[in-house]
Amino acid sequence: MTEQKNNNVLRFMTCGSVDDGKSTLIGRLLFDSKMILTDTLNQIEKTSKKRGMNAIDLSLITDGLQAEREQGITIDVAYRYFTTGTRKYIIADAPGHEQYTRNMVTAASTAQLAIILVDARKGLLTQTRRHTYLSKLVGIKHILVAINKMDLIDHDESSYHQICKDYLQFANDIDLVSPGVNIEFIPMSALNGDMIVERGDSLTWFKGPTLFEFLEKLDTSEDIKESTLRFPVQFVCRPHASDNKELHDFRAFMGRIESGLLKVNDKIKVLPSGHESKVIEIRVGDQLINEAIPEQSVTVSLSNEIDISRGDMLVHQNDSINAVKDFSAMVCWLAEAPLSLSRTYLVMHTTRVSKVKITQIHHKVNIQNLEMENAETLKTNDIAQLSFKLAQPLIVDNYEDNRSTGAFIIVDESTYHTVGAGMIQSIA
Amino acid sequence: MKKLLTHLDWLESEAIHIMREVAGQCSNPVLLFSGGKDSLCLLRIAEKAFRPGRFPFPLMHIDTGHNYSEVINFRDKKVRDLNERLIVASLEDSMKKGTIVLKSNDEPRNKYQSITLLEAIEEYGFDCCIGGARRDEEKARAKERIMSFRDEFGQWDPKNQRPELWDLYNAKVHKGENIRAFPISNWTEMDVWQYIERENLELPSIYFAHKRDIVRRNESIVPITEVTPIKAGEKIENIMVRFRTVGDITCTAPVESEADDVNKIILETASTVITERGATRLDDQTSDAAMEERKKEGYF
Repeated sequence: MTEQKNNNVLRFMTCGSVDDGKSTLIGRLLFDSKMILTDTLNQIEKTSKKRGMNAIDLSLITDGLQAEREQGITIDVAYRYFTTGTRKYIIADAPGHEQYTRNMVTAASTAQLAIILVDARKGLLTQTRRHTYLSKLVGIKHILVAINKMDLIDHDESSYHQICKDYLQFANDIDLVSPGVNIEFIPMSALNGDMIVERGDSLTWFKGPTLFEFLEKLDTSEDIKESTLRFPVQFVCRPHASDNKELHDFRAFMGRIESGLLKVNDKIKVLPSGHESKVIEIRVGDQLINEAIPEQSVTVSLSNEIDISRGDMLVHQNDSINAVKDFSAMVCWLAEAPLSLSRTYLVMHTTRVSKVKITQIHHKVNIQNLEMENAETLKTNDIAQLSFKLAQPLIVDNYEDNRSTGAFIIVDESTYHTVGAGMIQSIA
Repeated sequence: MKKLLTHLDWLESEAIHIMREVAGQCSNPVLLFSGGKDSLCLLRIAEKAFRPGRFPFPLMHIDTGHNYSEVINFRDKKVRDLNERLIVASLEDSMKKGTIVLKSNDEPRNKYQSITLLEAIEEYGFDCCIGGARRDEEKARAKERIMSFRDEFGQWDPKNQRPELWDLYNAKVHKGENIRAFPISNWTEMDVWQYIERENLELPSIYFAHKRDIVRRNESIVPITEVTPIKAGEKIENIMVRFRTVGDITCTAPVESEADDVNKIILETASTVITERGATRLDDQTSDAAMEERKKEGYF
């Protein structure tokens, strides 16, 4: 009886700059949905007064770190939570300042929805295009364009329609408009709270949902294609318990379903070795289940003893996927130190690690005008298409087909810092 | 076919995945276990992640010496039931060694926990500590990574954190450095209570409403114990309270409550008006940036 009716989790990111009122929008969303608790508010009220502001500055809810509070800008991705009757929400609040492309890509990597803020007075800006491009690059399927500050243009309907038209034109130019991508628009005033949770009475000409209604109804479920099973093995369980004879020969494979379905009796093969087997048991804890769905962490037992270790991948026997040692990918360079074509790096992909050499920089994307440029190297926040040559074979898909098996990070071999994020585009 | 995990299943699955990544990537991890509700969720997640095998790490309690006996008894029973190994690293030992010097004997000890933790990390050579911190607890935690990097001095540098993309966690460290891994980062206090209810987890009794001697001091309720005696001019009341967090006695305050079972606590949490740390951690209220400062010093 106390169980809230939370059906699932929705993860979304918000992009926009300080001036777009992004933090105010999130603050408003949390505030109006009654999820901000009073002592947090008391503290914010105190700080607002200290800074000489009259009204409560809702952006203070989301600005977490001291350095940010001092500079008044958001410098790192912050995660926020709220729950309604239908869903648990995880907000990744990404900084919009252009030096921080890497933070946007970070926030986008786990988001299902991007809320892109546009200042109604300014219309489409370079940064709107950049945010849209990055959302597309990272494979976000739902985009909500929040046209904010409508109060400052007298809630003018025709300006709103013009911005929608401009945006769709741009989306079309970068091939974002497609059956698989859902783009919607809402006019709003985050400052006054119009069209966030309450409709307000200034935008009566708009008949669409409020932001809150939009979030509650958004369907992010995707068709599960049974045949595309990807089960990277994270850990092998070998209890060898001397006090329990039944467990003496027990071996099971632990991991999470990244895509497709895994069912008891499924005929599977292990990649890269190609050894074949059959699923005899699937468990979550001590509970036996018949089938495991994407994002589910399970423990799998097989019918015969074959050599499997962390980094191997279970797929269905009739799957034609093969391990590869060459591919090209779009990469966002994250590190301060520039990319070196003469060094080797590490690639972390699903549960597998390989040494890698970057053999070619095909082109770099100019993030201001989205044009392709030649490049000798990459520095922080650069986005480029690169070719990779791996020491160990990896079992990969194209990123647009599979976000889990198409994504990887690049790690510096000596500092162990995460220096790049990659999305596989074509497999050699 | 379309199917999605419910929010508790999703959170549980994510936490299992993170714990298995720690086990797969790190050579000598440890799970920090206080007997508190968040670390009890971690233990259930570890069971689901690794049974029928043993946990691939020991448990460790950083013991301030100021504990409610109910919590310590509960801790020991839980470890026996699980048949896992517990290391107790004690602040009293650090005080004997002289690495912790208290300004006064009744000073809150929470801020010294990082010293004992760092000493234990060094002594046992741990390369990763799994902890039950959540991003919703406090502002400075909202930007915390799931795998958070600490340098040789155990320090957290917000500017030197590794970007964390997708579910690809980079737990690689050099000798002396370590990772703090937070499998329930994305849980809220409500999620924790709902999980405790669903999994039927046992908790130390002080989480449930009980009669206790207290005084009211600076808008907080202070329990009267050996280490937190009554001050002149105060009046002892005996009222129904429960603890929302358990920890060092000198800095953990109860809240007034009649909730004596998990269901009632969930109802109370749903309608609560004060965030967890705000009301009950006497040490976080000093300044807006108090937690950030302590994290930089190596606090969890």
